[in-house]
Amino acid sequence: MSNNLDLKKGLNVPVKGVAAPVVIKTVTPDVVAVKPTDYFGLVPRLLVKEGDSVQAGSPVMADKMHPEILFTSPVSGTVQEIVRGAKRKLLAVLVKADVKQVYVDFGKEAPKDAAAVKALLLKTGLWGTLVQRPYGVMAGLDVTPKAIFISTFSTAPLAADTDYVLGDALADFQAGVNALAKVAPVHVSIHKGESAFVKVKDATLHVVSGPHPAGNVGVQISHISPIQKGDTVWTMNPLHVAALGHVVNTGKLELTRKVAVTGPAAEKLGYVVALPGTPVKQLTSVGEGVRVVGGDVLSGENLGADGYLGMFQSQLTLLKEGYEREWFGWAKPFRPKVHSSSWCYFSWLTPKKEYDMNTNLHGGPRAFVETKCFEDVTPMDIFPIYLIKACLAGDIEKMEKFGIYEVLPEDLALCDYVDPSKNEIQAYIQKGIDLMIKEMA
Amino acid sequence: MAEEMKPGLFEKGGKLYWLHSSIDAFDTFLRVPGTVTAKGAHVRDGIDLKRVMIMVVIALVPAALFGMYNVGLQTSTLYGLNWTFWHMFFYGLLRMLPLFVVSYAVGLAIEFGSAQIRGEEVNEGYLVTGFLIPLIVPVDVPLWMLALAVAFSVIFVKEVFGGTGMNIWNPALVARAFLFFSYPSSMSGSSVWVSKTWAGLGDVDAISAATPLAIAHDAGIEGLTSQYSFMDMFYGFIPGSTGETSVIAILLGAILLVWTGVASWKIMVSSVAGGLLIGWLGQLGGATQLPCYYQLVMGGFLFGSVFMATDPVTAAQTETGKWIYGFLVGALAVIVRLWNPGYMEGMMLAILLMNTMAPLIDHCVVSVHTSRRAKKALTV
Repeated sequence: MSNNLDLKKGLNVPVKGVAAPVVIKTVTPDVVAVKPTDYFGLVPRLLVKEGDSVQAGSPVMADKMHPEILFTSPVSGTVQEIVRGAKRKLLAVLVKADVKQVYVDFGKEAPKDAAAVKALLLKTGLWGTLVQRPYGVMAGLDVTPKAIFISTFSTAPLAADTDYVLGDALADFQAGVNALAKVAPVHVSIHKGESAFVKVKDATLHVVSGPHPAGNVGVQISHISPIQKGDTVWTMNPLHVAALGHVVNTGKLELTRKVAVTGPAAEKLGYVVALPGTPVKQLTSVGEGVRVVGGDVLSGENLGADGYLGMFQSQLTLLKEGYEREWFGWAKPFRPKVHSSSWCYFSWLTPKKEYDMNTNLHGGPRAFVETKCFEDVTPMDIFPIYLIKACLAGDIEKMEKFGIYEVLPEDLALCDYVDPSKNEIQAYIQKGIDLMIKEMA
Repeated sequence: MAEEMKPGLFEKGGKLYWLHSSIDAFDTFLRVPGTVTAKGAHVRDGIDLKRVMIMVVIALVPAALFGMYNVGLQTSTLYGLNWTFWHMFFYGLLRMLPLFVVSYAVGLAIEFGSAQIRGEEVNEGYLVTGFLIPLIVPVDVPLWMLALAVAFSVIFVKEVFGGTGMNIWNPALVARAFLFFSYPSSMSGSSVWVSKTWAGLGDVDAISAATPLAIAHDAGIEGLTSQYSFMDMFYGFIPGSTGETSVIAILLGAILLVWTGVASWKIMVSSVAGGLLIGWLGQLGGATQLPCYYQLVMGGFLFGSVFMATDPVTAAQTETGKWIYGFLVGALAVIVRLWNPGYMEGMMLAILLMNTMAPLIDHCVVSVHTSRRAKKALTV
């Protein structure tokens, strides 16, 4: 069974530097970081100390509230350092990798029921990769979700091509879907045209087309089965579905993935085979004045040149910092180097052109003036501006009414991009979500 | 370079830091700020409010240029002076220049002052407002009156609400309304619409300088067509506010605004539809002999529909709301024209009234939408 979803609204941001589907190197990491900051809402409790030796799949930390939820090391090695920030906040556990990898054996037996699947997710450390909506928090232990949604493609700028990344792991992906289907009905969305995932079984397939954010799982959910008050759904990144399937098929936790190195400031474009937690410097060379974004340019994380690839990231985007000041920028009739989706500039003349974008804000922050630009890039049945303003005002009732349950910041990331008033829409939405979590708990 | 001067005179810690809003304004006027994204999307669209606002100003240029020519033309015609084209244009230009200077000087001074007080960057909104105001007042309006009106509208309609983006009413229209209610003798009647101050001539027969709206009101369609043909009004060779007379010039601006997406075509179309419908009903009901399409070419109807009603800050914000809002603007304007004996130009007050109502319209649209969503959720 398949359903079609043709989305019209949205925008593909034309950044230069797409990664060709070629593996340019395979990284054997010296050190791997397990970062609690990858998981939204996690208060971690350390399970290891410096000098402990771990295997690939051994727990290194747990959720303080729910100690059953474990987070495991992707490599075998020795705990080298516990990195803490202000107020002793745990930032990362650094594991020095062994030359020869040893894996924890989770057993090859396919889990028979929901409880067995949940237990497997918990002990492998993959539970944390289940994202629960509303709010995008880590999945709750006692929750039975309405459904589990998996988007097998990303429309984000320069995103890794999942068909290529998981093309040789389809059996694992299928095993992962089979396991998840024991917990709740699984919905898998695939992009229109040829998709590697078209033969996925044991799930409802949805064929989705349209510009970004059509690939965002949140946008798909809002069309397939909108989240209302009281509903919970889970989502999982296809990488982690395949990792779960790999555990089922082989008994080993193997998180190695193809990471797309992209962006206008990347010296070498292509895919790097690496583990999450690998130092950025081992993945790519970073030039002076270059920002390394883990994920895409719209909702990725600024990792810094000394950072580590995140658990949810399969893409690095390298951008020049835009400190340079352009003379008469706004007043020039033509600015061939700057993209604008607005017809106030002439980017519409060159729809296929890719731009050497940098991180310049291209203006100063102002009050909201234009509103249609938000609606034009939000293919959901909500009024973005009303939701944003409700979040800013901290009005719980209005946030509920205007659809806070359906969105995560990433779903409105394009509003950040197009806004002539340079508001931080994603930050506003996150503020609203934080408030909802606090007030509704 | 700014980076090497730190902390410069105008930077934090510098002696003239208190002036930083104004300095920033000039600095960012010349160069795009070097600010980089800190959170949210790492790259941003090239568009900013300066660009949006300058688009509106460019869209107003045809109406302004034609208006200047028409100022000279009307004076030349009224006094039988037989000026050449360039004579007319330069006369209009020189007559309009002081209005622009006063409008921008007073308005921007207040904008800069209040940005200083708030410690924020200076908003660009006044670029448009300052250009609009000279185009919608009589060309001979005393400059001190204009200064007063600008000051009133910028302070009490814009800055007290928090500046561009926060205001409820269109500041340019409020400036006009302020003049209209405070100094009616300089703002209405049939003697104010043709410039004579510099023509070196005294007041002559006032009736011959009346606007088509006034003529149609007093003398009906025969009286109107004996003086001005429909095409005169369409081209704009008639007395009136500087910017409002030429349909062609306004349409050029409308094309740019719709093309760039700065103004909503929905508001323009629905406003025209509202005006036509009421004009047609009025003709059917005997309130006027004018065919409904005359309503579009007379007075400030089209100028208001294209440049004033579409102000994104004060118009309705929802797409459905824009249809309703625009329609009511057009309809109300013509209702005032047809059924109000004292005051024949309804556009200004129609827009101001609908500015007031816009949040209510949006509230209704959004409420209907959310309750529909809630119902859908129950049935799913």
